[in-house]
Amino acid sequence: MLKMTNLYDVSKCTACRGCQVACKDWNQLPAVIEPFTGNYQTHETTNGDTYTIVKFIEQIDDVKGIQWNFLKFQCMHCFDPECMKVCPTDCIKQTEWGAVIKDYDKCIGCHYCTYACPFEIPQYRKRQDITTKCTLCYERVEEGLTPACARTCPTGALQFGEREELLIQARERVKFLKANGFPNATIYGEKELGGLNKLYVLTDTPDKFDLPVDPKVSGNIGFWQNWVQPYFGWLIPVTLGASALSFVTSRLLANKAPAHTEGGHE
Amino acid sequence: MGSNAAENHPISFKWLTEARDKRGAKIISVDPRFTRTSARADIYAPLRSGTDIAFMGGMFKYILDNKLYHEEYVKWYTNATFIVKDSFDFDDGLFSGYDPQKRAYDQSKWAYETNEDGSYKKDMTMEDPRCVLQLLKKHYERYDIDTVCKITGTPKNKYLEVVKAYAATGAPDKVGTIMYAMGTTQHTVGTENVRAFAMLQLLLGNIGRAGGGVNALRGESNVQGSTDWALLYHILPGYLETPEAKKHSNYQAYVDALTPKTGYWQNKPKFLSSLLKAYWMADDPVKSYDYLPKRIDGKHYEHIALFEAMYNKEIEGLIIWGSNPIVGGPDANKEQAALYNLKWMVAIDLWQTETSEFWTYKAVDRPTDKDVYGIKKPEEIDTEVFFLPACNSYEKAGSVSNSGRWMQYRWQACDPVGESRADLQIVNDLMLRIKKLYEGSSKPQDEPITKLTWDYGHGDHPDLNIIAREINGFEVVDGKPGKLVANFTKLKDDGTTASGNWIYSGCYPEDNGKDEDYLARRRDNKDAAYPGTKPIGSYLNWSWCWPVNRRIIYNRCSATPEGQPWVPDLTSIFWNGEKWVGNDVPDFGGTKDPNGPGGRDAFIMRPEEVGCIFSKRNEGPFPEHYEPWESPVKNLLNSQELNPAVVIWEPDKKADPEEYPIIGTTYRVSEHWQSGVMTRMQPWLAELVPNVFVEMSEELAREKDIKNGNDVIISTTRGDIKAIACVTKRFKPFNINGKSYHEIGVLWHFGFNGFANGDPANRLTPHIGDANTMIPEYKAWLCDIRRA
Repeated sequence: MLKMTNLYDVSKCTACRGCQVACKDWNQLPAVIEPFTGNYQTHETTNGDTYTIVKFIEQIDDVKGIQWNFLKFQCMHCFDPECMKVCPTDCIKQTEWGAVIKDYDKCIGCHYCTYACPFEIPQYRKRQDITTKCTLCYERVEEGLTPACARTCPTGALQFGEREELLIQARERVKFLKANGFPNATIYGEKELGGLNKLYVLTDTPDKFDLPVDPKVSGNIGFWQNWVQPYFGWLIPVTLGASALSFVTSRLLANKAPAHTEGGHE
Repeated sequence: MGSNAAENHPISFKWLTEARDKRGAKIISVDPRFTRTSARADIYAPLRSGTDIAFMGGMFKYILDNKLYHEEYVKWYTNATFIVKDSFDFDDGLFSGYDPQKRAYDQSKWAYETNEDGSYKKDMTMEDPRCVLQLLKKHYERYDIDTVCKITGTPKNKYLEVVKAYAATGAPDKVGTIMYAMGTTQHTVGTENVRAFAMLQLLLGNIGRAGGGVNALRGESNVQGSTDWALLYHILPGYLETPEAKKHSNYQAYVDALTPKTGYWQNKPKFLSSLLKAYWMADDPVKSYDYLPKRIDGKHYEHIALFEAMYNKEIEGLIIWGSNPIVGGPDANKEQAALYNLKWMVAIDLWQTETSEFWTYKAVDRPTDKDVYGIKKPEEIDTEVFFLPACNSYEKAGSVSNSGRWMQYRWQACDPVGESRADLQIVNDLMLRIKKLYEGSSKPQDEPITKLTWDYGHGDHPDLNIIAREINGFEVVDGKPGKLVANFTKLKDDGTTASGNWIYSGCYPEDNGKDEDYLARRRDNKDAAYPGTKPIGSYLNWSWCWPVNRRIIYNRCSATPEGQPWVPDLTSIFWNGEKWVGNDVPDFGGTKDPNGPGGRDAFIMRPEEVGCIFSKRNEGPFPEHYEPWESPVKNLLNSQELNPAVVIWEPDKKADPEEYPIIGTTYRVSEHWQSGVMTRMQPWLAELVPNVFVEMSEELAREKDIKNGNDVIISTTRGDIKAIACVTKRFKPFNINGKSYHEIGVLWHFGFNGFANGDPANRLTPHIGDANTMIPEYKAWLCDIRRA
């Protein structure tokens, strides 16, 4: 099946944050009102009730002077999602057209997906003890609608469609931008991590937008995937045994030194 | 310039991006600080708040010195060729005819020379030293680039970049547009700022052409409509002047005094007569004119003047409708104190506003003990306050007019919440009840009410079609509505026609019992082109546009003097040898030969019938740079510091720059709306901008030992507020005549109610306004700032 994706063109984004509100509206997420800290950017990163944010990044360019870069930031819907691999309860799925979605009934809020994610996107929602993230509005897309963010975007910075078509468009746009004062313009998401199901047209290098230039999967995940997960069955008795041992030893220790445990405050 | 379109008019910005992508347009952003608009602009140039005329004056000089103006256009379509009488003069900031006692000019000194037959004397070579073009050149001689940059604080290279890029639109095949907003108007020289834009556009031949114009980005979606409908004290619907008691004591006196002898306004009596007929259908307009309320000659009734009057206990009752002055009004502490003097107040809004709750404890809190106007506690306030809940625009039907003058109908999306009602229902109900109270009265002084025609159906909500038909106008037969008129050219001055607003006449020309008879409801989004031309974005069958569905006014200018398009691809209207045709409704007698008499008089609404580079405003015929009322520097161009024609309400509140050295300005952000009544109550929007913040440069922050995110106190002579510091590279100190000056900017959306709340920035702004409109000088004042 063809991949369906968002194309986000920063050169057209005015950071109105309509996407952020549309996302909350469609997903019925409560406001997370945090005091203003000196930047227009509301939250440092996504949170359990905020799937998408717009980043505001001030920079001084040697040639152009002051630059104010905006970046819509949310789950990248990787082709090869690490979060899905590490999830102990198997609650993360990938749709045929490329959305990475979570079954919140199965989520146990273990945070493994957060740590595995190269962008640290999934965030904890305390009130339900789960981690949450952008769903690429799969319920809307499967009914033939566009994601809420793309639908609301007033400037055409956000589009939704078949990934291959959007890629052609993105390449054209980058060519245009390179010829019109943005020599470092680039596409992000085409090849990063083997491909992301969110495409970006950037007017400058990714680091100027607070994006990892060459995102990598954490080394620990290799360990998890290659060793821990295949031998998961074996690990259970081992772990139980270790717990039993620990119980016994701690009890023994506790008995020997009661004063120490009671006075644990010092 | 003067607008931050990306933030405050996000939808408009879509079209700028499109123009850049499709047609290689350049976007220029001129603003005291680097905004989200600047972030998307090709060129950004900073200027100090309140120095727009200096900025524009330098452009005029550059364009004139380098002969970059659109010569043919200027020659035929503007008054550049007109000869001005010797009585006009200018010396050190003052034009001839100034009376310092009255702070006003005798404008008759600025008249044109006329020929014996009364026609205007012209010099078509534009070389006569008394012709407007030469006077313009002389006036702006002083505005050289160095002087301008010393005033505005704009880096010279950036200034030149802007001037050169924009002056290039003077080429006959190029067009440029100016989008302005409150950054332009909210100054003591606000009107002249806009005038300067109009002059620039006339010089470059950018008015009346597709892609050109001076485009006001309105503060909200129906500001155009509210002005057309006279939500101002000085006009009646359709820009007819409100009568003054002595000067216009009867119908004939009004008509004689206010009807010009040339230009389309010669028809004014027809429009006045038809309006009076719509109000009082059974009466002869000559009689019903007496029913119109008259204002005291020369008295001010603007927002500032009303609140001054209230403060001075001249007004005892107030209906405050969709307005929140103790957040949005200038010198908000004073405006709050003014409300204490009311006996009663009716507030009509979606939510309880700060103004409707001015009598509560919440309204008492201040961050410091500075109290200039005497803030009162609830137990000390005697005003009786009534609150009527109004419904939202989605909960009602009706039309709004955008700044392109399109009258667009909106259908109701959902039912109003609770007991809230549409504004129209409220006003209808109010008037019906007032009429009932006067029922049976035979007193002559009650006639304006007893005889008022008020018949908009019998439902709870007035019938919008009846209203629209009355606006359009109809023949009056036996004191009753007859056949609808086609448009305002059919209106008469003898009491046989009625029209609620002549400029909207033509919006409902026929009644065939269909929805789309009301043309504001049309929704055809095809941009059809006239045979042989390319479409230019007129969308003539989408909604309806006043006047007579004309999308670009003065579109005669879109063609050469001979009547052919300046650019073949951008054909608005043209002369086909017999008549004017094209992609718009011609703003020009359909068969007037361009080479015949009057065939080049493009500006039909002006008595001169040309665009005015030289035009009478209260402070002079050419915009001259004056410093804001509160300014840290001396005026480098003349010895008048302040606009000599403004009213000074509170001389004692003028700040001493030694004590208050920092320039302050106010503005909005995308995430909130006006005084925040609609947005601060929305948690999702409150989340985006939760607190009032003040933007300042890193340099100022260092000087004052303020860190990003610190609480700070901003003080002026009017009061103090608390805000959070947003220390940014996007604000830079200005180098003014060799010395560095700081400017800060505060969001003015905030008040004590809602999920996002904070001190109103307007507690800082002064009670002083423009010399023509009294729009408050919100954009440039003096303050000091410190860590809280």
